Amino acid sequence: MSELVQRVDLIFGEYSDQKYKTLAETVGRSNEDIIKDLLDSGLKGRGGAGFPTALKWKFTMEQPADERFVICNADEGEPGTFKDREILSKVPRKVFAGMAICGKVIGAKRGFMYLRGEYKSLLPGLLKEIEIYDETAKKLGIDFKIEIRMGSGAYICGEESALFESMEGKRGEPRNKPPYPTVSGFMNKPTVINNVETFVNVLMICRIGPIQFRKLGTHDSRGSKVFSVSGDTPKAGIYELELGMPLAEFVEEFGDGDTKAVQVGGASGFCVPRKKFKDTIIGFEGVPTGGSMMIFNSSRSMYNVLHNYLEFFEEESCGQCTPCRVGCQQLRKGIEAVKRGDKPVVYLEQLMKLSETMKITAKCGLGQSVANSFSSIVSNFKEEMIY
Amino acid sequence: MTKTKKINIKIDGINVSVEEGTTILNAALNANIHIPTLCYHKDLCVAGNCRVCVVELKGAKNLVASCAMPVSEGMEVFTNTGKVRLARKHIVELLLSEHNADCTKCYKNGNCELQLLASEMLTGEHMFLDLVPDQHYTIDMFNPAIIKDDSRCIRCQRCVRTCEELQSVSALGVAYKGDKMKISTFFEHPMFEVVCTNCGQCVNRCPTGALVERNYVDEVWDAIYDPTKHVVVQTAPAVRIALGESLGMNPGKIVTGKMVAALKRLGFDSVLDTDFTADLTIIEEGNELLTRLKRALVDKDKKVALPMATSCSPGWIKFIEHTFPEYLPNLSTCKSPQQMFGALAKTYYAQKRGLDPKNIVSVSIMPCTAKKFEANRPEMRSSGYQDVDYVLTTRELGIMIKQAGLAFESLPDEHFDSIMGESTGAAVIFGSTGGVMEAALRTAYELVTGREVPFDGLNITPVRGTEGEIREAAIKITDVLPEWKFLEGVELKCVVANGLANAKKVMQAVKDGKADYHFIEIMACPGGCLGGGGQPIPTDREIRNKRKEAIYQEDKGMPIRKSHENPEIKQIYAEFLEKPLGHKSHELLHTHYTPRKRY
Ligand SMILES: Cc1cc2nc3c(=O)[nH]c(=O)nc-3n(C[C@H](O)[C@H](O)[C@H](O)COP(=O)(O)O)c2cc1C
Ligand code: SF4
Ligand code: SF4
Ligand code: SF4
Ligand code: SF4
Ligand code: FES
Repeated sequence: MSELVQRVDLIFGEYSDQKYKTLAETVGRSNEDIIKDLLDSGLKGRGGAGFPTALKWKFTMEQPADERFVICNADEGEPGTFKDREILSKVPRKVFAGMAICGKVIGAKRGFMYLRGEYKSLLPGLLKEIEIYDETAKKLGIDFKIEIRMGSGAYICGEESALFESMEGKRGEPRNKPPYPTVSGFMNKPTVINNVETFVNVLMICRIGPIQFRKLGTHDSRGSKVFSVSGDTPKAGIYELELGMPLAEFVEEFGDGDTKAVQVGGASGFCVPRKKFKDTIIGFEGVPTGGSMMIFNSSRSMYNVLHNYLEFFEEESCGQCTPCRVGCQQLRKGIEAVKRGDKPVVYLEQLMKLSETMKITAKCGLGQSVANSFSSIVSNFKEEMIY
Repeated sequence: MTKTKKINIKIDGINVSVEEGTTILNAALNANIHIPTLCYHKDLCVAGNCRVCVVELKGAKNLVASCAMPVSEGMEVFTNTGKVRLARKHIVELLLSEHNADCTKCYKNGNCELQLLASEMLTGEHMFLDLVPDQHYTIDMFNPAIIKDDSRCIRCQRCVRTCEELQSVSALGVAYKGDKMKISTFFEHPMFEVVCTNCGQCVNRCPTGALVERNYVDEVWDAIYDPTKHVVVQTAPAVRIALGESLGMNPGKIVTGKMVAALKRLGFDSVLDTDFTADLTIIEEGNELLTRLKRALVDKDKKVALPMATSCSPGWIKFIEHTFPEYLPNLSTCKSPQQMFGALAKTYYAQKRGLDPKNIVSVSIMPCTAKKFEANRPEMRSSGYQDVDYVLTTRELGIMIKQAGLAFESLPDEHFDSIMGESTGAAVIFGSTGGVMEAALRTAYELVTGREVPFDGLNITPVRGTEGEIREAAIKITDVLPEWKFLEGVELKCVVANGLANAKKVMQAVKDGKADYHFIEIMACPGGCLGGGGQPIPTDREIRNKRKEAIYQEDKGMPIRKSHENPEIKQIYAEFLEKPLGHKSHELLHTHYTPRKRY
């Protein structure tokens, strides 16, 4: 493996010798102390948006309320992402331990895991682990229950506020923000919602300490990340790698020698063309990713790739807000019209402007991020859009 | 929570100081800056889905929806930058690209929020592709009251919020997602097959032509032009305090006289008043209540259905038929004043005027869309013909007056024709929540005690409902006349509710055994008929309050203020009906109800 692509064994490393050892050690610590460790660790959320986890917890903890909730976002719907599945099947204990620590810190008595509907097969294993957790919690005197709620297949329900709506039995439509979940989340109570991997990172920080954790990654992107590598690669699969590597090194490691572009962060992420591999850092200072890395070689039509993404968004948009509902349709039909020759090439400029409007006006992250793949593919592969 | 903290912000360079929690949209209004909106409606919770109200914030990359964003200290807002203008134009263009925008074929032409925005934004050039041909839009035209045309829907969900928040009916919801997302009923059944009450509150709030009343303007003109027809028109109490708004006047103007003059000039053969049958309703319903009380208190009849609930709001009737069918016996059997009027127009009135009822066309002007449905009920043919042929909303009358080119504001005040044109203050207040209760009490109390109700100026303020509130009142009956001895000392427990969400609460309390009312007044619409689904658009709380003031002012100004003192009422009992709840009354003025499904 190249020097700059470092495999790590933090997330998937073995369980401690004794069940929930780190949790047992952590429940005795003060909340301020734990928050400080998280702050020092530089941990940012692994679900995509990259919000500092320590601050999210701190805000929730400080919000006056009679009840607070912890939610683990295991909806994993981003095309090309399958790392949470791996975490949940290999090291679910670490996830639950991380949730329990969160419950202690923010003062929540109930936690939920919102599990992607398609991951039903993971349910028996998870429920078994919850039994073990319950026993341990009882012994340790931890007053925090964990339940699992099943999603029902809509990508949008991974968006935190749509997820709350869905859990409350309503249609999964994103809410207005503010108020943010830290103030008004599930059942309008202050709620911490974190990605599966984020909770595991929390546990590992509690185990190895922030100083050790900070040794991994770069200034803006601390720690390791679980990547789902797919596409034109001989090594498709799940890899835990240090954050902050240059894309060129990644391609050298995983590409098939003919890599034309890498889609970093799934359909809602960015497409990086070969000429920019060298200058692109994988991490919050460069191109962030929830874990998805899709590799395309020169046999692929980038028009088809984009068309595919747009169809995905067109269908998966919740449909409530204008820029996203109608914008996605216009972008998809627009590139078709240009390809057919029904619209002049300059129409692509019009569509680029439209995607910019979607980015700055859509109600939630879905509509706001369509422009990422759209503009990066259209501007870097314009000829493929036309001919 | 006390919200007294002031927040200082800058909007387009103007310093504005507003209460904490105020949205940017409302703060901008304080600075006389109007930000365009589509999904926002004052009566409803904020949705923030259309996105036309976006503004720029200093230091923020993305624009924010001003209707949904509360102000915060030091915020700097820009409502008219190039970025904002382009974004808004894109959004309106996007809406138009999925919109069947043939305005000249649309009922809302000239009174459409989307059209207005489009014209302000000079959207002439069709920026984007036309998506309409690929959409499979449906038009639901099966309902006699409301037409739902998905091809004109902008998915703002005002209707959904209305039906759920104000009416707790939830007949409309959002179905599917993405490009297929639409406003739908239960399994996309036509509206007449589902729980929809036809209240028209959604119609009143729909910014476009997607939900509109079925209009009968041309049918009514045809009848007027037909020399073989005698066209009578009745006007509901809440029309006279709102019609002006449809014709450019400010809310809260009483235009009774001008309305009558206009109707005469439109060519109606006889301009009569639903208030007359409102008074009649009071006599019939008051006697019905007293009879039920007697059966309960004297005969100890366990089967008598108490509490008794009013039945003059057809939206409420359909609601209870669907949602609480087990309580149908509790409804007063009295028809609504509109239907009493219709039945009498083709019997009593026809006889008195020497007309063949088959040549009478009976039209009513109502603040209500549910009355369109009501007129078409199979039960409503007790004259041997359809009792009311056409129901027009306040809005449709406004259209006819415009079509006829009448300068409404300068019309002289004229009087209703006779017979069935005489009314009282008691009838006028039928238009407001609490009005039926107050009118009934004015009459029933006097009937039982021989004295006027013990309230200053006959104003029974404790039952005057407040919007969005459930108002309970108890009136103690003492020193009764000998024939009403069984009511001595009885405390008559009443409750008044408006808006179906509140109606549901009242009925649930009754069902749960948590309430021991005798008499329930329910109006389906917020504020009562004055806020009816057929009233001028816009209607919101502020406007309803103005209409309400006008109604009570009209009551105060009436020479007669008690239903039983209406001379025409005395006359109709003497000449035709004989006595309240008599044989003729049962035939013409009372009805029965139908249990319906719950979806
Ligand atoms: C359309 C959409 C889908 C999302 N799906 C997921 C998801 O499947 N899993 C996830 O963890 N976060 C998802 N997110 C991000 C969440 O809204 C939220 O930011 C995240 O769960 C926060 O956790 P973190 O701070 O640990 O990253 C999605 C966001 C959007 C806009
Ligand atoms: S951006 Fe798309 S997914 Fe998000 S609220 Fe708007 S329509 Fe729904
Ligand atoms: S709804 Fe408005 S914009 Fe649409 S056709 Fe009707 S008037 Fe025109
Ligand atoms: S008419 Fe009334 S009940 Fe029917 S959908 Fe509209 S708001 Fe709901
Ligand atoms: S029917 Fe009217 S109110 Fe309802 S979503 Fe469509 S445009 Fe909005
Ligand atoms: S009016 Fe603000 S988003 Fe629709």
